[in-house]
Amino acid sequence: MALVTATIVFLIAMFLIVYSWPAIAFNGFGILTHLEWNLGNQYANGVVHRGGFTGAPGASFGAVVFIAGTIISSAFAMAIATPLAILVAIAMHYQVPRRLKTPVNTLVELMAGVPSVVYGLWGIGVLVPWISSSVGPFLAAHISWLSIIGGGSASGNGLLATSFILAVMVFPIMAATMRDVLSTFPKIVFEGAIGLGATPWQAVTTMVLPAIRTQMFAAAMLALGRALGETMAVLMVCGSALNQLPQNIFAPINTIAAVIVSQLDSALTDPTGMAERSLAELALILFVITLSVNLIARLIMRGGDRVKRTA
Amino acid sequence: MNEVTMSGSSVETAAARSMTRGSVLVTIRRNIGWGISALALCSALAILLAIFWFVLSRGLPALKPTLFTTVTSGISGGLENAILGTLMLVVFAVIIVSIIGFGTGIWLSSYASEKPRALVRLLTDVLAGVPSVVVGYFGYILLVKIAGWQFSLAGGAIALTIIMLPYVVRGTDLALEAVPRELREGGFALGATYTTVLMTVSWPYALPSVLTMLLLATGIALGETAPLIYTAGWSNYLPTAHLTHSPVPYLTYVIWTFISQPFAESHALAYAAAALLMLMIVVTNVFARSWLENLARKQRGEH
Repeated sequence: MALVTATIVFLIAMFLIVYSWPAIAFNGFGILTHLEWNLGNQYANGVVHRGGFTGAPGASFGAVVFIAGTIISSAFAMAIATPLAILVAIAMHYQVPRRLKTPVNTLVELMAGVPSVVYGLWGIGVLVPWISSSVGPFLAAHISWLSIIGGGSASGNGLLATSFILAVMVFPIMAATMRDVLSTFPKIVFEGAIGLGATPWQAVTTMVLPAIRTQMFAAAMLALGRALGETMAVLMVCGSALNQLPQNIFAPINTIAAVIVSQLDSALTDPTGMAERSLAELALILFVITLSVNLIARLIMRGGDRVKRTA
Repeated sequence: MNEVTMSGSSVETAAARSMTRGSVLVTIRRNIGWGISALALCSALAILLAIFWFVLSRGLPALKPTLFTTVTSGISGGLENAILGTLMLVVFAVIIVSIIGFGTGIWLSSYASEKPRALVRLLTDVLAGVPSVVVGYFGYILLVKIAGWQFSLAGGAIALTIIMLPYVVRGTDLALEAVPRELREGGFALGATYTTVLMTVSWPYALPSVLTMLLLATGIALGETAPLIYTAGWSNYLPTAHLTHSPVPYLTYVIWTFISQPFAESHALAYAAAALLMLMIVVTNVFARSWLENLARKQRGEH
């Protein structure tokens, strides 16, 4: 049984590589440098050969838009969610009265259990209309000189909506992990700082937080891994951009995860099968990115554990 | 203070006033951080409640009894097929994940030697971080394409199993690790073998925590969409009893696709599906956390 569990990660990597091999050979490094995602002319006669494999004429599978969208939206989301999660973790650990701890913890963890597609539904029903009718016009009226944020919003779908919804989604996981880190941290450090005359807030910010910064960073990295791979909610609010990079925070974007789902139907119409193989290559790229982020987080966590044991 | 009193009442009141103002400022400066963190917690809980309110206020009115007895048709209809499909996928996945997950967790905590244990634990953690859409594409390649099952119950259930597996493995592993040594040594002292102690002492003791984790994982599986799109497909008909070659409908698909239709009745169906799903997940979560955790506490002799 353990063998089954252990091999699944390797199987995922292996089958993604094997299945996307034709696309890797066909696209070469173009997938990392080209903007354009184009299945090519499905109805033209003849096919093109590249790297020993065939694709439809005019086919171009460039993932720059999706990779950039994934990284930018996740970076924005982390910039919103991380400070918030640290504050909430502090509030949960130090401020919530003992009797309320269990209900508050349950609520925050329940928030982490809300399905992605329900966050997406909330995005479509509340967030996107709010951005297009209030946030966009407000910023356009007051900060129009800065085109990145004052450009106005047409539909509300796009970078801002995606980042905001990602922030809302990853923040509970981050806050819960950070609260766990806080609660396992020796109380003596906090009490020692109080004894030296620090206010409780000074004790937390100058003694406790610096001491646990590596674990906090690891918690943020784990959440980043989630944000990078988040699919359904992003798909529903990102605006599904193709072939263009975002020019302002309201511009439609696309992420690797979202495009894998949204392009499935069209990819299946490619008679050469190259579009489907290229989606597998996208899945492989996403797998490698999230795997690296997660491994870094785990290694940091482990390092932190070792420090704590020897101290 | 004495000097102030001697130099006249007007100075005294001014000094007193400035002291109060000073201490108010100090109080504010000392507590502003706590104020901000409390505000952050309150706004987080407010967003959660707003999402709940949004889904339930739009979904509950749309939840009519007929939804449970009719299937989806085009842009409207009911949810019978999707509800049944979701339940079949999740029950099937729970069965598979119990076998593999409990097995792995028991091996990790009780039989594995140091090095393989560390490796398998790391791989389990890594698996938890694999995006669900990647798991879905993996299922698509291996089960739908290579095994030739097409969109199917077995494919979807196995994809969900992979999503749930890390939680169940870690849950079982940690629960068994937490069994007090004295309890197990009591078993050994009575002459029981290692396996007998594991099965009759440790396992029953750990079971409530294990089941808590299994239920939490079930809640995650109930809400998954991305791994199913590529493996279970979708169908407007009731799911069949066939394991392969027969696509399965599920609730999350209704939410995703029907909300992007331009019709009020399809929106109502999406909200109804979301409300139903949220109720199922909340019940699973609350049940897992309250009832089973109480059971675990009682077992440990705490009250």
